[in-house]
Amino acid sequence: MELEAIISQARSQIDAAEDAATLDQVRVEFMGKKGKLTDLLKGLGKLSNEERPAAGQKINVAKQQIQELISVKGEALRSAELNAKLAEEAVDVSAPGRVELPGNLHPVTRTISRIEQFFGELGFAVKTGPEVEDSFHNFDALNIPANHPARADHDTFYFNPDVMLRTQTSGVQIRTMETEKPPLRIISPGRVYRNDYDQTHTPMFHQVEGLMVDRNVNFAELKGILHEFLENFFEESLEVRFRPSYFPFTEPSAEVDVRRKGGKWLEVLGCGMVHPNVLKAVNIDPEEFTGFAFGMGVERLTMLRYGVNDLRAFFENDLRFLKQFN
Amino acid sequence: MKFSEQWLREWVNPQVSTDALSEQLSMAGLEVDGVEPVAADFSGVVVGKVVECGQHPNADKLRVTKINVGEEELLDIVCGAPNCREGLKVAVAKVGAVLPGDFKIKKAKLRGEPSHGMLCSFSELGMGEDHSGIIELPADAELGMDIRDYLNLDDNIIEVDLTPNRADCLGIRGLAREVGVLNSADVTEPTIDDVEASIDDKLAITLSAPEACPRYLGRVICNVDVKAESPLWLKEKLRRCGVRSIDPIVDVTNYVLLELGQPLHAFNLDAIDGNINVRLAHAGEQLTLLDENTVELKDNTLVIADDHKALAMAGIFGGLHSGVNEETKHILLESAFFNRDAIAGRARQYGLHTDASHRYERGVDPLLQHKAMQRATALILEICGGQPGPVVEAVEESALPVSSDVVLRRARLSRVLGIDIADDKVTDILTRLGLDVTVTEAGWEAKAPSYRFDIAIEEDLIEEVARVYGYNSIPDQAPKGSLKMLDSKESDIPASRFKTELTARGYVEAITYSFVDPKIQNALFPEQPGMVLPHPISSDMSVMRVSLWPGLLGATAYNQKRQQSRVRLMETGLRFLPDESAPNGVRQELVIAGVIAGRRSEESWLSDDNSVDFFDIKGDVEAILALTANTQSVEFVAASHSALHPGMTAEVLLNGKSIGYGGAVHPQFSKLLGVNGRVFVFELDLKAISVRNLPQAKAISRFPANRRDIAITVKDEITVGAILSFVENIGVNQLVGLNLFDIYKGKGVEPGFKSLALSLVLQDPDKTLEEAEIQQAVETVVKGLENEFGAALRE
Repeated sequence: MELEAIISQARSQIDAAEDAATLDQVRVEFMGKKGKLTDLLKGLGKLSNEERPAAGQKINVAKQQIQELISVKGEALRSAELNAKLAEEAVDVSAPGRVELPGNLHPVTRTISRIEQFFGELGFAVKTGPEVEDSFHNFDALNIPANHPARADHDTFYFNPDVMLRTQTSGVQIRTMETEKPPLRIISPGRVYRNDYDQTHTPMFHQVEGLMVDRNVNFAELKGILHEFLENFFEESLEVRFRPSYFPFTEPSAEVDVRRKGGKWLEVLGCGMVHPNVLKAVNIDPEEFTGFAFGMGVERLTMLRYGVNDLRAFFENDLRFLKQFN
Repeated sequence: MKFSEQWLREWVNPQVSTDALSEQLSMAGLEVDGVEPVAADFSGVVVGKVVECGQHPNADKLRVTKINVGEEELLDIVCGAPNCREGLKVAVAKVGAVLPGDFKIKKAKLRGEPSHGMLCSFSELGMGEDHSGIIELPADAELGMDIRDYLNLDDNIIEVDLTPNRADCLGIRGLAREVGVLNSADVTEPTIDDVEASIDDKLAITLSAPEACPRYLGRVICNVDVKAESPLWLKEKLRRCGVRSIDPIVDVTNYVLLELGQPLHAFNLDAIDGNINVRLAHAGEQLTLLDENTVELKDNTLVIADDHKALAMAGIFGGLHSGVNEETKHILLESAFFNRDAIAGRARQYGLHTDASHRYERGVDPLLQHKAMQRATALILEICGGQPGPVVEAVEESALPVSSDVVLRRARLSRVLGIDIADDKVTDILTRLGLDVTVTEAGWEAKAPSYRFDIAIEEDLIEEVARVYGYNSIPDQAPKGSLKMLDSKESDIPASRFKTELTARGYVEAITYSFVDPKIQNALFPEQPGMVLPHPISSDMSVMRVSLWPGLLGATAYNQKRQQSRVRLMETGLRFLPDESAPNGVRQELVIAGVIAGRRSEESWLSDDNSVDFFDIKGDVEAILALTANTQSVEFVAASHSALHPGMTAEVLLNGKSIGYGGAVHPQFSKLLGVNGRVFVFELDLKAISVRNLPQAKAISRFPANRRDIAITVKDEITVGAILSFVENIGVNQLVGLNLFDIYKGKGVEPGFKSLALSLVLQDPDKTLEEAEIQQAVETVVKGLENEFGAALRE
């Protein structure tokens, strides 16, 4: 009877304990050296040998019961305490973090990188060259002799009759073919310059030109690679058409137009089979090798891709414009 | 070139719509830039005759007229045009007519007088700008006829953008031939009969430069009435080709130019002294041109001269003295063939560009001169009257271009185009193009007609075949190439890697113009001249940049003015340093540059509010230099730079060689640059830092590292860089880490001195360090600092 009362008393005291210290007091009160259960155990000596084991057994069970209650309660108290502490530490996760937001590349660079990637996967190496160029590399070697009408069409920035800002990156093709022999697959991105400034022209803009020279490169392949490129670039199925045109450094020559569903034809690049005179100018035998070349205006492609309406925005460097290309 | 669709259809009239025709031309390489109707939309306008024309009783400038439009009743119409007069045939908008702009003609009263219609000017019918008076129709115009039918107004102006190789299409004749080829349609040339001479007057012609001018035809026409009016049909045809009517002689020469593609010129015969000599100009010879500008001729320029002086710049521009004017009675008409090479580039060297030079420098059919002469003679006689003399021709046959046989190999055609085109198809295309084709075993031999002077080599024929066959009929193929890996070096750092690093640090990439404002560049770099552009877009874009800073600082100012106060911009590109010994007299160096201004971090509840300082930009530079894995070879040394703050300028050295600068922009330039607050910049030679060391792995020590902190005081002027570099190289083997964690000046430190707190991390690869060894290492460092810098250990 007494044992039952002790357990019940202990239980209610354990339940009532609100912190670790109180709980410990309860433990001492019942199971300490002078605790109530300890007293009962001490009283076992007064019992007969026959009664002693059973009574001892009962007390031990009670002791285990209380011990269990204390340990469960202790665990509960510790966890409550931790929770309280964690609750105190809680932050508003919706508040902005400590961030340096990344900047970004210029949209023109972004387009150039994409083009480099598409052609890089097909083994086209990226080549660059000087922007102040001589007339041999900018004109003569490209089959544009002095007095050719195409020179007048270029609105060239001359420093003197032989030195100018390049009007096209084609000079890089010449420089490459001067030092490397076919098979060649290169693209040359970069700045080019024309003396023209209005709504649709800036005196500096970017081109990417490509060149492939090998034993049997042909026009059908030129069509194939450009069609594939344009679909990759715009990531949509486009109508593409090749329109006969004229460039002194290619023949046959073509301009390439694309049309989105329901849209108008838009000219996006020029291309053709490398003119034999260009190959001869760099000592490549046009009977042995053929090649194709293509060139595209980077700003124009960028405008079509991202819906930029004003060409001049590319060179104003307004952060509010640039940061849209993250 | 602009041309009238109806005029073209007089020559060749395939059953295709205007749109289809335009598409055909574009897809044949004659790109159509625009199609516009020759007149605006209107209706209800007919031919009428002014039967009576009297003064309006209530208005000085108005007239009251009675107009016969072929109906029973005459129309009362009030008209304000100064050329309105009795007997004139006019364009009458009747009541119910709708003029351009949805302008409906109703019965009206003007200042009290009834007006039942309107007499129209060209501009009122949307036919050009002329609103000086009402349209004057020819006397034989049929009364009551709809003006749209009478003037053939259901016509379009088509503008083609011709490439330089297709000069043969710079005339209706060439365009018609092309359209004929594309549609397999017949081309009907107008009959051009020879006009017999009725007088004997002529001038002798000498070809002194036959290579340049192998054929020259001259014809005297006496007693022409240059004051005669060009007929409306002629003016209309010219207008629809974008050419203004001037006087009948000019109009006729322009007409023939547009129709046949042959430039002509007319001289005032009385201004010619002696005979005609086609020769090269004498250097310095003067000639006053029709536009009244006097030019000093170069000796590469062909002129038409008389016995004493140059009369005209051949194939480019007429002279004023020998020009046809209102007093001219007799003319000499020229129809000549000048070689392309003799004209090309010549007009441009005088800043000229004319319809004639445009054609001659691209090429003219060498067999066309007779026909053009006869055509022009007939038209001049029809309009101005006169008596023609005989056509005098001077020719040097050996100098005329000859079209040679061009070989087209079947195998080459297939190899270049990537498809096989049936033999008879190829033969047909070449034949339709007017070539004289012979089929051979290997392919074809073809001789181009005189007007296709652009065809000279096999590729020209391949292009022609492909063009007419249709580029879009050639199927796409995937290119075939050898699978060769691109050369790549692991030690190369691509420029994009540096840019990526900077974007991660909040920089946005700018692209600024390579030409900058010399005012700004010269202020920032007074000792570094730039390349000057002789013909810039504007004075503030007239010198090539010697650094990316002028452009980046311009962009900084631009953004600050637009409430973007926190600026972090970077750019890569070439700078242009004049150098006699470099190719083309300029070193073109690839650099990477950056600019920062404003807050260190975006305003936030977490951030401090500090503005950027020197160590922000230095940190960015250190970060990109770290990509070289070679930071121990990098030094930042105090330096001076014309653009930078004298106390905040670092020159960056790599292996002792200068690779760039960084620092604060000198505040004296803030106003000139238009920037606010402190602005920091850097610029590094990209090539110099684009190589990195490859990793060489060392074993990691399994033994504990020991850190010892020391604080020393040194004189202010001793740089931290010197101390750190000294300690690193002092020869303590176990030193694996060195960090400066505090710089202190102020209370407790003598004025003129600073206290530096350094942590030394010591570790041995093979054993745990004993306290004594650690002590000894620290001692070595402290002693070394004492000896080298007079440093004192702070206790």
